[in-house]
Amino acid sequence: MAGVFFALITLLFLDFTGTIHTWFGWMAKIQFLPAVLALNVIVVIALVLLTLLMGRIYCSVICPLGALQDIFGWFGKKAKKNRYTYSKPLSVLRYVMLGVLVIALVAGFTSVAALIAPYSAFGRIASNLFAPVYLWGNNLLAAVAERADSYAFYHVDVWLKGGITFVVALVTLIALFVLAFKNGRTYCNTICPVGTVLGFLSRYSILKPMIDTSKCNGCGLCAKNCKASCIDPKNHAIDYSRCVVCLDCIDKCRKGAIKYVPRKKVAQEAAPSGATADKGRRAFITSTAIFAGASVAQAQKVKMDGGFATIEDKKIPKRETPITPPGSLSAKNLAQHCTACQLCISACPNQVLRPSGDLMNFMQPETSYERGYCRPECTKCSEVCPTGAIKPITKEEKTAIQIGHAVWIADNCIVNRDGQKCGNCERHCPTGAIQMVPKDVNDPKSLKIPVVNTERCIGCGACENLCPSRPFSAIYVEGHEVHREI
Amino acid sequence: MINKEFGRRGFLKKLGMAGAVISGASLAGCSSDNKSKNNWTVEGTGGKPTGEMTYRTNPNTGDKVSLLGYGCMRWPMKKDENGKDIVDQEKVNELVDYAIEHGVNFFDTAPVYLQGQSETAMGIALKRHPREKFFIATKMSNPRMPDFKQSVEMYKNSLKNLQVDYIDYYLLHSIGGGKGIETFKERFIDNGLLDFLLKEREAGRIRNLGWSFHGDVKTFDYVLAMDVKWDFAMIQLNYVDWRHASRNNHAEYLYNELAKRNIPVNIMEPLLGGRLAKMSDHLVARLKQRRPEASVASWAFRFAGHHPGVLTVLSGMTYKEHLIDNLKTFSPHEPLTDEELEFLEETAQIYKQYPIVDCNDCKYCMPCPYGIDIPGILLHYNKCVNEGNVAKSSQDPNYAKARRAYLVSYDRTVEKLRQADHCTSCGQCNEHCPQRINIPREIERIDKFIEQLKQETL
Repeated sequence: MAGVFFALITLLFLDFTGTIHTWFGWMAKIQFLPAVLALNVIVVIALVLLTLLMGRIYCSVICPLGALQDIFGWFGKKAKKNRYTYSKPLSVLRYVMLGVLVIALVAGFTSVAALIAPYSAFGRIASNLFAPVYLWGNNLLAAVAERADSYAFYHVDVWLKGGITFVVALVTLIALFVLAFKNGRTYCNTICPVGTVLGFLSRYSILKPMIDTSKCNGCGLCAKNCKASCIDPKNHAIDYSRCVVCLDCIDKCRKGAIKYVPRKKVAQEAAPSGATADKGRRAFITSTAIFAGASVAQAQKVKMDGGFATIEDKKIPKRETPITPPGSLSAKNLAQHCTACQLCISACPNQVLRPSGDLMNFMQPETSYERGYCRPECTKCSEVCPTGAIKPITKEEKTAIQIGHAVWIADNCIVNRDGQKCGNCERHCPTGAIQMVPKDVNDPKSLKIPVVNTERCIGCGACENLCPSRPFSAIYVEGHEVHREI
Repeated sequence: MINKEFGRRGFLKKLGMAGAVISGASLAGCSSDNKSKNNWTVEGTGGKPTGEMTYRTNPNTGDKVSLLGYGCMRWPMKKDENGKDIVDQEKVNELVDYAIEHGVNFFDTAPVYLQGQSETAMGIALKRHPREKFFIATKMSNPRMPDFKQSVEMYKNSLKNLQVDYIDYYLLHSIGGGKGIETFKERFIDNGLLDFLLKEREAGRIRNLGWSFHGDVKTFDYVLAMDVKWDFAMIQLNYVDWRHASRNNHAEYLYNELAKRNIPVNIMEPLLGGRLAKMSDHLVARLKQRRPEASVASWAFRFAGHHPGVLTVLSGMTYKEHLIDNLKTFSPHEPLTDEELEFLEETAQIYKQYPIVDCNDCKYCMPCPYGIDIPGILLHYNKCVNEGNVAKSSQDPNYAKARRAYLVSYDRTVEKLRQADHCTSCGQCNEHCPQRINIPREIERIDKFIEQLKQETL
């Protein structure tokens, strides 16, 4: 069960076609912190009830970061059996971390919260570290398909979307690996604020693993196999605030002294029911990655036939106001609700979204148009967002959401710079916000320059992306702090 | 953007099937061997050319020229260590040797072909053969730099690159381009270049002086009426252009005008840059039905060589299979019957009904200053037309498949930044196109089509 959850949630971050998301998008929406940020009362209540009933089963099954740690832990157990020991709870640290999260959320520093929140951390790891491998694998298949003249697979671009975010993801992964390899669920029981909150509740859960002291011979095998380090074998006590209900202890106990039963009633015959722990047999298919070396032909000096002119990469223009994706309502709404899980960024098929490097919106999605533009038929980010930071919108609604407006830079325009006819911005504007007018008021035959009707412009960036001027476009989009309907 | 699941199963299935077919075939092979051997034709028709090459005689010089000439604009290329496209000299040598061995003795190149690499490659390949074994044709390709000094330098470089003391056939490259007569005068008359070339002919360094024609037919008439003895001319001739050329440049008219004046005619684009070989299934079936064992291309070559005033038919043969197939067509060349001529005329009429863009992939339009891969976009479109992947509406029965095929193969064929949506429509390419395609208009049309596919609004 945990394996299925983990695999599917990971696929949400990897699949770039949207197929998985149609069916399993809800898995991101039942994550605790996203549900809280989305003010999704039903999910929050359901998770609270689940925990009150069965303990922190959320941490074992639903949370992908938990499953990831179990995989690391599995390697740890391979290296050395019975490796865990009981440790005292580090309650102070836990409450401090929870306090930090709450203060950060209330004060609007969601990015800080995103650093320690489990689902966000997993999202960053999946989209920054797993997704490239998956995409390279896809590109390998695409290359094979191309040779076979099949259209089953197609090539996708793999690029580093945010340097700092990548580093954060990598550091998180390494830290988690070390912690989980050595001590199991240390992160979950010291840092994870969701774990702390659920820990409050799980103390009072109805179903619990209970030690039958009459059967227990005090061998301590259960404690040596408790990844949460929460079984104190000397006192026959289990710290239920830390127990993630993996039930490894029940499997390990040779005397059958531990049972997963309703509290108070020490039932005689109740067999371990419900979640039998997944042993973490998850096979990762790692595909060899090939680096598609983009070969750019050289420009030529002598006038010969054939060949390609060199195309410079576009550079990011200096925007006074950052652009946020349609559906996010406003910069403030995005900042407050986004957990920086990177799901929208992995889902964006047009290479528009990337994590922000700005401290205030650290790792939250930011829009830019050097590699593509926000295409009219796409509403992917709004579909996948689990937190309501980007609200679901339809294609029709999108045509009327103004996320910014285009600004023309006369000096960059090839009409002025090269004296050439153009109008590519006008041809590709989906809302007809750009018109071409003769440059010289007195000469209707003079070359035409674009003028922007900002009332009709929605800020999609088609003009900026398709502008022939490089590296800086002659028309670019300024973001709007609050989106408008036009 | 595109539903990935679609077709994946089909792809995997195909892989599996391929395996099954191979094993099946080998089984069938075993059992058939045990049948009576006597009834089988062991030798296929796909083998070597066997007959004698057809030659035509140049009335001016008595040159015996092979009816199949080698066009040197489409040599096989490879990547050098920097990823730059360079001519694969080893393959060129192999092809040239094979061609000469089988009777081909005419090679047509130009200083601008393959970004200037064609002449040098020819020089290297032909140096290995006795000079009297082959005729070499090259051109004055100065439309982009009509300066006298630069032009003469281009001529001298041709002699040097080709490693020869004289050029058998020298052409004023692509007259009728640009602004027609005006451009012609600018390139050859006003700067005194034609006088220079006539003197070179007197001196014997040019054995035959002629020109190649594209575009403005007024220039054609003007040049023919000049008081200059033209030794030969090169025109675009094939069974489509015979009566259905764009802008009424019908090859029938051009050919007859030249034949009237006893000017030998060299033929270029007998296949329209491969468009008369890569055709829609319907046309392929039509041609194949007539002669199941003959290639689709062979019809076009037989047509091009059919007219007695033709000295040689040039074909840019990139692969040995092209060469072998053409050698078969011309060894010996079999003239068309009246009925076959009629059949080809009807074929041309059907061909013209397809929305094919008239691009022959000559790359004269390139490089586009804004980096657009013009021939790439146009040829990809043509390919999809021929394969039935240009959907007319979302109601088409194969719409989903055609849409995916178009979009996926488009990204594979043309780099994203060089695709149609990046075209500025500045139109600088137009004057270079010998087919007189309105390139920005075609690119815009294709871009709109692609946009409709992407937005699913077709």
